[in-house]
Amino acid sequence: MNPTLNVTLSAKDLTLQHGNTTIVESLNLTLPEGKVTAIVGPNGCGKSTLLNGLSRIHHPSHGGVLLDGKDIHKQASRDVARRLALLPQDTIAPDGITVSELIRFGRHPHQSALKQWQMSDQEAIDYALKAADLSALKDRLLDTLSGGQRQRAWIAMSIAQETPLLLLDEPTSALDLGHQIEVFELIKALSEEGKTVAMVVHDLPSACRYADHIVAMKSGKIISEGCPKDVMTKELVLELYGIECDLMPDPMTGSPILINIKRVQSE
Amino acid sequence: MMSWFRTPPAQRSVVSVFMPVALLLAFCCVSSLLLGAGSVGPNASLQVLLGKGTSDAIFIVYELRLPRLYIGLTAGLCLGVAGALMQSVARNPLAEPGLLGVSAGSAFTVAVALTLGMSLSTLPIELAQIGALLGCFFVIGVAKMQGQRNDPVRLVLAGAALTSLLTAMTSLLLMYNEQAADEIRFWVTGSIAGRNIEQLTRVLPSLLIAFVCVLYVARPLASLALGERVAIGLGYKPSRIRLIVVLAVALLVGAATAIAGPVIFVGLVVPFAARALVGPDIRRTLWLCLPLGPLMIITADVFSRLIAQPTEMPLGVLTAIVGAPVLLAIVRAQRLPTL
Repeated sequence: MNPTLNVTLSAKDLTLQHGNTTIVESLNLTLPEGKVTAIVGPNGCGKSTLLNGLSRIHHPSHGGVLLDGKDIHKQASRDVARRLALLPQDTIAPDGITVSELIRFGRHPHQSALKQWQMSDQEAIDYALKAADLSALKDRLLDTLSGGQRQRAWIAMSIAQETPLLLLDEPTSALDLGHQIEVFELIKALSEEGKTVAMVVHDLPSACRYADHIVAMKSGKIISEGCPKDVMTKELVLELYGIECDLMPDPMTGSPILINIKRVQSE
Repeated sequence: MMSWFRTPPAQRSVVSVFMPVALLLAFCCVSSLLLGAGSVGPNASLQVLLGKGTSDAIFIVYELRLPRLYIGLTAGLCLGVAGALMQSVARNPLAEPGLLGVSAGSAFTVAVALTLGMSLSTLPIELAQIGALLGCFFVIGVAKMQGQRNDPVRLVLAGAALTSLLTAMTSLLLMYNEQAADEIRFWVTGSIAGRNIEQLTRVLPSLLIAFVCVLYVARPLASLALGERVAIGLGYKPSRIRLIVVLAVALLVGAATAIAGPVIFVGLVVPFAARALVGPDIRRTLWLCLPLGPLMIITADVFSRLIAQPTEMPLGVLTAIVGAPVLLAIVRAQRLPTL
């Protein structure tokens, strides 16, 4: 059941453009296996574009993305979908869809017109329901759930895809604090079961608390990368967001939190 | 029974909806054989169906009404399915082949062919399908111009512009066509009268191809409803899905236009009704479109013979008259299912 097979995902000299504007420039990155990587940075720094590049949605204008050492765009999209799951920001829930119907879509890469529904599909769905703690809600309509439950259902769809890699674009951006933590804890639990996770996150303290690896981006480049305690400095926060602050370890978890936040007048 | 009404459409079993609609369709099919504008009434027609009856009545039922029924079934099937596909791929409940210029494109190429001396009964179906395809590409071109965000109003405006332009040009061509008999004038607004079975056999190959396309594309199209990136994440290629859908729509609309003229409203009302009955999942909607499309055309056709006896009204007028109130009822009845 567990995605034991390890799969690597890396960007080599990756350049991504929108039209003629370069969003991500000559970027090199390898996602640490079995860890949670958080991509952080100010608005417009290219972090979502990077995630789109890593997940083959955005085609590179230079360099490339390697999945298992091979160019991701030279592999069949269905084969990629069996190793890499993606939860974008702009998901649309059709009217009247239930939790388990949504999760069933995650099995599409494993099915075909001839091989429609098998035991392994039901097992994967039951597992996803359990992992996302949705077993009791599986027949509920998606519209009737709370924001956090809904997002967990989408993540459960990715779990049902049974991929060793999971990429999430701002999975908590529309959620209140309680629901954010609900979703982050699920993501953390998935990585503890062996998944390699990369997510774009806006909230620095959450990124520090739930990620093992931080990638800080500014203007399409990685300016700092490593474990939260090493990466997170006053200088980095100032460079990323133009704010001054002090950092102190969270009394409970020890991960860095920001205090005394002041905006610096831009020059 | 009450629980059926309280169940959200998307959670009803397709069979529980499909069966009553199919029964209703069967009833309408029998009615269409029994009722007509001429002198052969229901009783005389019934005698024919029971193996008796005068030779006049036999001719009318088997040579006129039966082919007409088959043509109606086929055209309804094509337009209902094409409408559902088009609305789903455009994520726009107003994306109907008749409104977006696809039928008009098809009708225009047919009119050109007629002007060049071809006859409606020997016309190559492919011509109508190429016209439909050109109409599709025009609409897609406009849809692409609007960028990522889908603007339903602009799509429909562009379609309306294309439709009026092509309809005007079609009328103009046919006006100067000396062969423009009643058959063709009726055909322009949509009609399934005076066709023969041979025309039907000519559209069957393209229907088969469209059927295979639909089988292949239904699952990817359903996942595209979750968002473009989600579909890519599940291993699908949205651009390929769209292309196949457009081809299927062109084949279906072209075939329907060639045999029944540019019938409007069927591709709009049928998917609307199907969604109201079984929800927005295209794999379920398509099942319901199979009986609903023919049901609408055949009902309209039966009325077209009865309203202005002893003459007939064009089918297209009737589908609009039947279609518009249905659409209004759906719009008023409940919260519209989103696409």
